[in-house]
Amino acid sequence: MSATTTTPAEEARAQTPVVQVAVPPHSIFSELRAIRIVWRRDLIRFVNDRIRMMATLVQPLLFLFVLGSGLQQLSSASTYGVNLKTFIYPGILCISVMFTAMFSAASIVWDREFGFLREMLVAPVRRSSIVIGKCFGGATVACTQGVIMILLAPLVGVPYSVELIVGIFLLQLLLAFTITAFGVMIAVRIKQMQAFFGVMQMIVMPMFFISGALFPVANLPGWLTFLNRIDPLTYAVDPMKKLVFSQISIPPAARHVLDPGVTWFGWHVPALVEVAVVLALGLLMLGIAIWEFATTE
Amino acid sequence: MSGGNGDRPVAIDVRGLVKNYDEVQAVRGVEFEVATGEVFGFLGPNGAGKTTTISMLCTLVTPTAGSASVAGHDVVTERDDVRRNIGLVFQDPTLDNYLTAVQNLRLHAELYGLQRDVVAPRMRQVLEMVGLWERKDSPVGTFSGGMRRRLEIARGMMHSPRVLFLDEPTIGLDPQTRRSIWTYIAELKEREDITIFMTTHYMDEAEWCDRIAIMDNGEIVALDAPDTLKAQVGTDRVMIHTDDDDATIAALADRFGIEARMAEGAVTFGVPGGEEFVPRLFAELGVPIKAVNVSRPTLDDVFMSYTGTTIRDAEEDAGKNRNRMMMQMMHGGRR
Repeated sequence: MSATTTTPAEEARAQTPVVQVAVPPHSIFSELRAIRIVWRRDLIRFVNDRIRMMATLVQPLLFLFVLGSGLQQLSSASTYGVNLKTFIYPGILCISVMFTAMFSAASIVWDREFGFLREMLVAPVRRSSIVIGKCFGGATVACTQGVIMILLAPLVGVPYSVELIVGIFLLQLLLAFTITAFGVMIAVRIKQMQAFFGVMQMIVMPMFFISGALFPVANLPGWLTFLNRIDPLTYAVDPMKKLVFSQISIPPAARHVLDPGVTWFGWHVPALVEVAVVLALGLLMLGIAIWEFATTE
Repeated sequence: MSGGNGDRPVAIDVRGLVKNYDEVQAVRGVEFEVATGEVFGFLGPNGAGKTTTISMLCTLVTPTAGSASVAGHDVVTERDDVRRNIGLVFQDPTLDNYLTAVQNLRLHAELYGLQRDVVAPRMRQVLEMVGLWERKDSPVGTFSGGMRRRLEIARGMMHSPRVLFLDEPTIGLDPQTRRSIWTYIAELKEREDITIFMTTHYMDEAEWCDRIAIMDNGEIVALDAPDTLKAQVGTDRVMIHTDDDDATIAALADRFGIEARMAEGAVTFGVPGGEEFVPRLFAELGVPIKAVNVSRPTLDDVFMSYTGTTIRDAEEDAGKNRNRMMMQMMHGGRR
């Protein structure tokens, strides 16, 4: 930091011409670049953050093997001999993605608290590009974890197949995108990290418990059925269950109890409709997030 | 270098700019021009409206009334064009501490859509300019406060802006680091064709500016080159410590016709030829004097002659006002 003496290196650089740089006018191309770099930043940070990577890995394993093995002691009679780990596997696939995606969305609050958000907000790009980049970033990170979960399938008695892997991956991608959009929608309005986690506890945990990730959704008490049907996560968990259960051979009675499917007033909702519900919600929340983001500050 | 609005084009043009926050008038009709290539300083205590003004010029805050153009573009109707032509260094850090210096700059280059082939050489240039090339691959989290501020300046320069805004670029830094930051800014001005607009509440730093505007309470109270402003004061500052300040102020008014006031705990007044005045003071005041301090006019005196307080006292008052405002807001139930 000696500014008083000039070294030969300094003299050399004083003579080199200034690199001329120009910022091109706004275009679709520049927006795509902005989306890509916001997405990439999330990935770089995820890869650098070993602890977070570990945590996102360990948590679903806990659910799957500890909860699954523990409860197995109680429930083997009513699952018709189907391993409880197998039963909760689709649910765990969903919630692991969900937690990771919410965590990614939280980084918007983090960025605001630590000032970096301003660097993005003053750049000559649309705010929607920043939100879209964030959602893609969250979805990608969540799917990285999801892929590891897919690999665990044989350990819980679900054999690999192309249909299974591709299906789970696409469902997870969709869910991760929707949840990130949901998280961003909330995060945009929140200024402090603690507050964000408070909201998460209040919304995400109930959503997870009500969704049927851990229990079959038929023959529930009326109030719970109602809550279950309005829980968006239900419509991600159910197709995941249908997909996983289609890959294993179990007695029809067991299938009937464990994978009853979601019904609306007695009508069995097809998986495609459920997927459409999740996608529509995701796009809606993305829209709200963009709108909110554009109107803050 | 240029003392005023010479023949060079105008970089910043501000007309009747006003910003109100609820009932609080943060900026009350500010007008000025900054010529291309100038280093223009905004001086004033915290809470004077400097940051609000700079935020309006940077398109981050929408003015309540008035207009402003930066690099030839209107800050309200041509927001994107303004943004493409300005660089910003905020008061609070806005770096990603988990990324390296290079990753931060590359992110900036992508957000601003710079041509790919110039990114690497430009990155090297700005990093060398602020003396951080050797640390380019270290995470920003490991940098000291001064290094981070330098990296922010480098990042602000990354896309070759025509106007660089620096909001309190040296706040919270130790004197030595502050000086080195100024060396970098001076070098920057020499090497690049750029207009620099900055705010500061350090009076001594305003000396680096070609022209300064003194802001108090949302208004510009003086605007000129630092030397011209100092010359206008025309008097030296005398500060005396006595046992009885009230009697001293009365005696000064009585016997010398001098209007003195309390500032920073001392009786303070301005007289032409301060050093020659001191012997008379001792002979004729009639109140025992404990200590005397005579100083040539500084920007502090300029500030005082226009606002009636020193900048430090003004800051304490502003602090109190802010607290009161906060209390009102909390009790008034704003949202």
